[in-house]
Amino acid sequence: MNLTLKVWRQKNAKSEGKLVTYQVSDISPDMSFLEMFDVLNEQLISKGEDPIAFDHDCREGICGMCSMFINGRAHGPLTGVTTCQLHMRSFKDGDTIVVEPWRAKAFPVIKDLVVDRSAFDRIIAKGGFISVNTGSARDANNIPIPKQNADEAFEAAACIGCGACVATCKNSSAMLFVSAKISQLALLPQGQPERYQRVLNMVEQMDKEGFGNCSNTGACEVECPKGISLENIARMNRDFLKASLIQKPKKETGGGAM
Amino acid sequence: MKTSLSRKYWMAVSGLFLIIFLTQHFTINFLSVISEESFNSVSHFMGTNPIVQFLLQPVLLIGVVFHFIAGFMLEIKNRQSRPVKYAAYSPAANSTWMSRNMIVTGIMILLFLGLHFYDFWIPEMNVKYIQADMSGLNENGEFRYYDELVHKFTDPIRVIIYCLSFVFLSLHLMHGFQSAFQSLGARHPKYTPGIKKLGAAFAVLIPLGFIVIALFHYLSSH
Repeated sequence: MNLTLKVWRQKNAKSEGKLVTYQVSDISPDMSFLEMFDVLNEQLISKGEDPIAFDHDCREGICGMCSMFINGRAHGPLTGVTTCQLHMRSFKDGDTIVVEPWRAKAFPVIKDLVVDRSAFDRIIAKGGFISVNTGSARDANNIPIPKQNADEAFEAAACIGCGACVATCKNSSAMLFVSAKISQLALLPQGQPERYQRVLNMVEQMDKEGFGNCSNTGACEVECPKGISLENIARMNRDFLKASLIQKPKKETGGGAM
Repeated sequence: MKTSLSRKYWMAVSGLFLIIFLTQHFTINFLSVISEESFNSVSHFMGTNPIVQFLLQPVLLIGVVFHFIAGFMLEIKNRQSRPVKYAAYSPAANSTWMSRNMIVTGIMILLFLGLHFYDFWIPEMNVKYIQADMSGLNENGEFRYYDELVHKFTDPIRVIIYCLSFVFLSLHLMHGFQSAFQSLGARHPKYTPGIKKLGAAFAVLIPLGFIVIALFHYLSSH
């Protein structure tokens, strides 16, 4: 396959970027999108040019690092996949492909297609601890958990924090991500002691990072490589509403964490 | 209105309140198609009852103002959260036009509201509270409400503007109705499909009903 690529090039966080056009030829349709980029980078290196910086790690669709916005969609034209699981057979010979970094105020570009997603880490850190015993492993059925809750918690925990929800959302809203992280603990008994404080803290941090609001367009759910459901956003909305209503003023009593 | 989620709650609650108001407004207006007499008497009741005038009317005004101020605040915040736009962006692949353009349909409805206030609400306030005429009668000693309504709908340009506005209202409701439930966290596999169907039916039937009323009076006066 022969393709024309228009790739966002930006030297560093401070400089202005622009789309640069590259030609790639003899691309196998069985290559992944990232492998096609490897070929392009080899070309650039052999010509003595600066290769295109892009995030990637496992290349198995489970780490969430690869973050390209391809032809106007997060992770390209397929739904439910990361960029590393997108193959060149999804494109036609002679196509022009536009590749941009995730665009959000909270995800500043570091270089080329690499963005800083540490806002997500700060939101998770703000969620704080959960009160569980550490030490030797407990009996599996020590704490009874309904199968359905366990399954829903597992589905929420499948979020790999790739940021496709933010990238695709017209408002750059992080609510699908945050709600998945809130849900995975809110659905389990171990998450209950800090449940309502956690949702308040995480939403506060989400707002502080500069993510937008949710317009319920559902775009995030469609583009999420892990199929995280809008059900989680509804759960976060319920929990936050309840938390705001029952929140008590903080008292300094000494002893205990929080 | 401090957090992203509280803005969404206010948006949803005021939206649901306006949906209830819309149902009531439509019911009364539709009476004008069925019976001139009952339309006149209900209009007189709504226009002179102190609970409606001094409790419900201010609540409604606050609801409307809240809804669009919250809407503008959300829109400004959302625009700020993506300072650099995409060169290629295909939102149609994963969301509906209605859900992405609530601000557009909302502004169109707000413009219509301006015309609507100019047509009905401001003259009504003038007659009742400035000229202090609470009788609801015209110079012939008959109820004026029905005649005022029909008079507005004899103008074809007004009828076209009214009908177009209700198309925007329909598009707004198509997303807004079910979205309000989602924002409040009211989502359940048992009820959400029903809420979505009810929302779609409401979004078509109520604006269509308003259009029918406008066309009915226009056609029967020509």
